[in-house]
Amino acid sequence: MTAFLEIENLSAAIKGTPDRLLRSVSLHVNSGEVCGLVGESGAGKSMIGKAVLGILPSAVEIVEGQVRLDGEDLLAMPQRERRRLIGATAALIPQDPLTALNPSRRIGPQITDRLVDILGWTKHDARTRAAELLDEVHIENPQRVLASYPHELSGGMRQRVLIASAFAANPKLVIADEPTTALDVTVQKQILRLIREMQERHGTAMLFVTHDLGVVSKICQRLVVLFAGMVVEKAGVSDFYANPAHAYSKALLSATPKFTEPFTSLTPVDQTVISAVSEQVEAADREWRHAH
Amino acid sequence: MRLLQTLLMRLAMMAITLFGAAVIVFVVIRVVPGNPIAMMLPPGASDEDIARLTAHYGLDKSIPEQFFVWLGGVLHGDFGTSISLRQPVMPLVLGRLPATLELSIFALVLAVIIGGAMALTGTRFRGGRTEAVIDVANGAGLSIPDFLWALVLILTLGVLYPVFHISGRISPSLDLPFTTQFYVFESILRLRFDLWWDLLKHMFMPALALAIPLAAIIGQLLKQSLKETMHLDYVVLARTKGYGENHVILFDALRNAVLPTLTLIGVQFTFLIGGTVIIERLFSYEGLGNMAIDAVINRDLPLIQGIVLVFALLFTVVNLVVDLTYALLNPRLRHA
Repeated sequence: MTAFLEIENLSAAIKGTPDRLLRSVSLHVNSGEVCGLVGESGAGKSMIGKAVLGILPSAVEIVEGQVRLDGEDLLAMPQRERRRLIGATAALIPQDPLTALNPSRRIGPQITDRLVDILGWTKHDARTRAAELLDEVHIENPQRVLASYPHELSGGMRQRVLIASAFAANPKLVIADEPTTALDVTVQKQILRLIREMQERHGTAMLFVTHDLGVVSKICQRLVVLFAGMVVEKAGVSDFYANPAHAYSKALLSATPKFTEPFTSLTPVDQTVISAVSEQVEAADREWRHAH
Repeated sequence: MRLLQTLLMRLAMMAITLFGAAVIVFVVIRVVPGNPIAMMLPPGASDEDIARLTAHYGLDKSIPEQFFVWLGGVLHGDFGTSISLRQPVMPLVLGRLPATLELSIFALVLAVIIGGAMALTGTRFRGGRTEAVIDVANGAGLSIPDFLWALVLILTLGVLYPVFHISGRISPSLDLPFTTQFYVFESILRLRFDLWWDLLKHMFMPALALAIPLAAIIGQLLKQSLKETMHLDYVVLARTKGYGENHVILFDALRNAVLPTLTLIGVQFTFLIGGTVIIERLFSYEGLGNMAIDAVINRDLPLIQGIVLVFALLFTVVNLVVDLTYALLNPRLRHA
């Protein structure tokens, strides 16, 4: 197995401040594999996805590190070339389906626009492909949906459309940024199953960003645990659930509801664990500052 | 069906607005000091002469009575006779209206082009020196009124470097083959580009003076909403699809960002039409606004009424057009 996405030593900070938001993050995603990226809110998990896709907010800058897509160093490329490479080989499934579709454009072109504009398909081929994709994501009556505007579809439908759009160009890598968080529980399960199905059919490498360890166990082969922008543990999923290595991971796991023990009360992450891992972060920061 | 209903409703509202405007203008110009009869007669005219003329124009009756006589005429298409020019009001007004319409539309086009270009450039290079320069230019455009811009333009492009004509609508020496008063449109239709060019050289400075403040407003507001739109999820998603920044601004952000600006353009365009009154005077441009000033100086009551009514009609039509365009651009409103 080869790593399709490699992130090495990636640090990011708010422009003009010394404090890092991402602290020397290294991780990789192999071709055809789903890698979970978990952490509390604010841990920087979405930011890693954004850094890979080149859509960090303008106030954040990457201060160090490499992001390689299929061996090519993205950060060393000129912006235009980088965007084209990302558009052709990678895709994003966004968090909130209600705001991720352009309200004044019809669904059809929003699914296949990159095929026509970036990859040079004909409009006719793109339209055929759009209908196929909607069929793949189990949307009935694709022709009607292709001609609709986003406000005419439900949240679940819109997320299906966005998934179809993400897989339109047969990407090698899909970054799913909490794709089920904005949906209600019953729809969440269907969407999760759909993402898994699409990923397997297309053999795509996937970085699955979530705060839900329950979701990770269903869809991922490996996972990376993030705390305050620092990787605290990387493990295979079965190993992780059986025997988490890091104290913070253990605490996270015991704070996750289990299907088998629905009545056991949950343990919040202990303060001593937080201070221990915070100290570890501080130590890493001191070392980093020393080296620069 | 819904659209038709909405349209009928709007037309009814327009009628009410026009009636209101007519009442107000009718009363105000009769209540303020000044008497058209006094302007017509030489000093020392006898009281009998004054009374006879006053009665001739029906000005001896009470204001409500005068209003209903006038309204009755209007409903039959008779807007009265100009006191100072001694001709029927409507042909006079309609003869001048095209000149003002052409000037206003040209000014609007200039404002949209200049303002739009500033907003797009400012968004493309946001956060940098280019945006700062555009903000300063917008500030100057906003804070200096159109008639001052007119004087600046006359001094620079009219006198110091005489590139454009500073007065009139078309050079008097030219033979005019026109059958309508829409000179610019007709010159294009007749392929008389020599006349078209002469018209443009007359229209450019007054139109630009009218356009600058509106361009600044458009530039500022559109840039603001474009910049906000650039952070929205669907715009960010478009970047991951491989599009460059120019494409993202033009094809993903602009259409949604333009909506609030469009409403504003509607409101501001009516101000621009109001501005033609002074600008036409400054450039001796033979339009409705120039005629309005003469009418007020001569206390030509029927003519003032006619002009104001036409201006009011223009304002309401502009607002209607804006609302319809808005519905056309925003699919969420189309069925609502």
